[in-house]
Amino acid sequence: MSGTMSDPGVTRAESCVIACADVWREAGEVMVSPFGTIPALGARLAKRTFSPDIVLTDGEAALMVGAPPIAARPAELVREAAMPYRTVFDVVWSGRRNMMMMASQIDRTGNQNISAIGPHAKPKVQLVGVRGAPGNSVNHPTSYWVPDHTVRTFVEQVDVVSGVGYARAAAAGAGATRFHQIPRVVSNLGVFDFETPERTMRLRSHHPGVTVDEIVAATGFALSIPDDVGETRLPTPEELELIRVVLDPGSLRDREVRS
Amino acid sequence: MADKRTSIDDIVGELRSGMTIGIGGWGSRRKPMAVVRAICRSDLTDLTVVAYGGPDVGLLCATGKVRKVVCGFVTLDSIALDPHWRAARQHGRVEVMEVDEGMFFLGLQAASWRVPFLPTRAGLGSDVLTINPDLALVRSPYGPGHPYLADPADADVELVAMPALHLDAAIVHTNRADAAGNGQVLSPDAFFDPLFLGAAERRFMTTEAIVDNGALADEAHPLSSVPIHRMLVDGVAEAPGGAHFTANPPDYGRDEKFQKEYAASATDPAEWEAFAKRYVFVDDAEYKANVAERPQ
Repeated sequence: MSGTMSDPGVTRAESCVIACADVWREAGEVMVSPFGTIPALGARLAKRTFSPDIVLTDGEAALMVGAPPIAARPAELVREAAMPYRTVFDVVWSGRRNMMMMASQIDRTGNQNISAIGPHAKPKVQLVGVRGAPGNSVNHPTSYWVPDHTVRTFVEQVDVVSGVGYARAAAAGAGATRFHQIPRVVSNLGVFDFETPERTMRLRSHHPGVTVDEIVAATGFALSIPDDVGETRLPTPEELELIRVVLDPGSLRDREVRS
Repeated sequence: MADKRTSIDDIVGELRSGMTIGIGGWGSRRKPMAVVRAICRSDLTDLTVVAYGGPDVGLLCATGKVRKVVCGFVTLDSIALDPHWRAARQHGRVEVMEVDEGMFFLGLQAASWRVPFLPTRAGLGSDVLTINPDLALVRSPYGPGHPYLADPADADVELVAMPALHLDAAIVHTNRADAAGNGQVLSPDAFFDPLFLGAAERRFMTTEAIVDNGALADEAHPLSSVPIHRMLVDGVAEAPGGAHFTANPPDYGRDEKFQKEYAASATDPAEWEAFAKRYVFVDDAEYKANVAERPQ
């Protein structure tokens, strides 16, 4: 296996895994609840390398020991504590969580939509529902993962605000802003944050092989783009081996994001 | 001690059109599907269904039983979206009170504790407050300098006042129970079943098997596996397989193949009619026979 820093064989999906893993750098002892294959791989990679204290769930009702392969069967998992949904809310509302949700739409100020496309009273497309997004977004750091970055997913204004963005949190007052934070948005094209004076979305890095122009063309609003914006970092040889050999030998990551 | 054993038909016989009914479980997990099917073939109508939604919501919508749904989501877990729910919403056939899933929990908790609301940050800034314009905020009475103000950042803070979700009836399904109404959950999560029961006027449980009072706990299953006590239950009906096709481990997992058929039946009216004739508008024995004789 080739695994040098300039490895031309690093896939887009692997860049996305690295971008997700970096979200949890120095996250501490918090519950990471990744939605999607690539965020789940990122969380496991982070736990095995630079963030060993993060807490992973088994996808059911327990916390699991270690960071097993993504395709591990439930019977293969070792569990360390119970985490039924009733307890999940204790974790969410105490802030001991740093999660990544998916977004069917996300907008310039970080509002996320997983509820419905079109008018909520009679949607054009019914989605899963707001789920825990309203509460998550105002109680603990909540990042988002969008595996299909287009003008239909990165929109000027989402149809139903599920996860709360910066402007909406500010308008709602101190109850909403106190613990509100969107550390990152990761898409199949790049990494984004809200580190601008107006708290609007900024391009943080573009994945290797993606141009800034491609990202601008796929985004339905004006992104903030720093002059010195660079590429998403490449995996280290150790990280690449963990992804390819240990965590995801079946390449499930390529089903979520193609190169 | 009262013997609370009853039947699925008698449970449904206690329900009335227009009632608000809570259904336990979560998504496509441990749903009281035998009762849900019995409601589907009853003449009940105009129901408000309160649930962590799964195929219970989809099936009740598809059979026209529902006026309104109170939920944070509807999902089949292994299939992200329930197409029957999707169709009902996209055709505007049902009203919805969509709230954050934690707000939902607090609504049940408030009803169970007999307080009118519970405060939370969840919902602030989101469209949960605009799509449900009757939801109100509450201001903390602990202002600057108040001796009970723990953190100055919370002085006078405004929070969502999640109203109590009062239920006319609640139905849950468990792995084991006794005739007195104690209920055991052998899978890893009791979800919010005790709160659904606590929030309701009339409380019903179906179960895989009824055992002797005092026999639920043993060496393999400590008392912590019995989260439902008999003060929360008016009637208990033995219903082996009563959660099919949702997941009810360790008795059985989700019937993924059947769930796919259920989802596919939403694609056109003829498909749905065939599915409903075979699996909905039949009694429990015929349902089981029809499920069993499908090609495997």
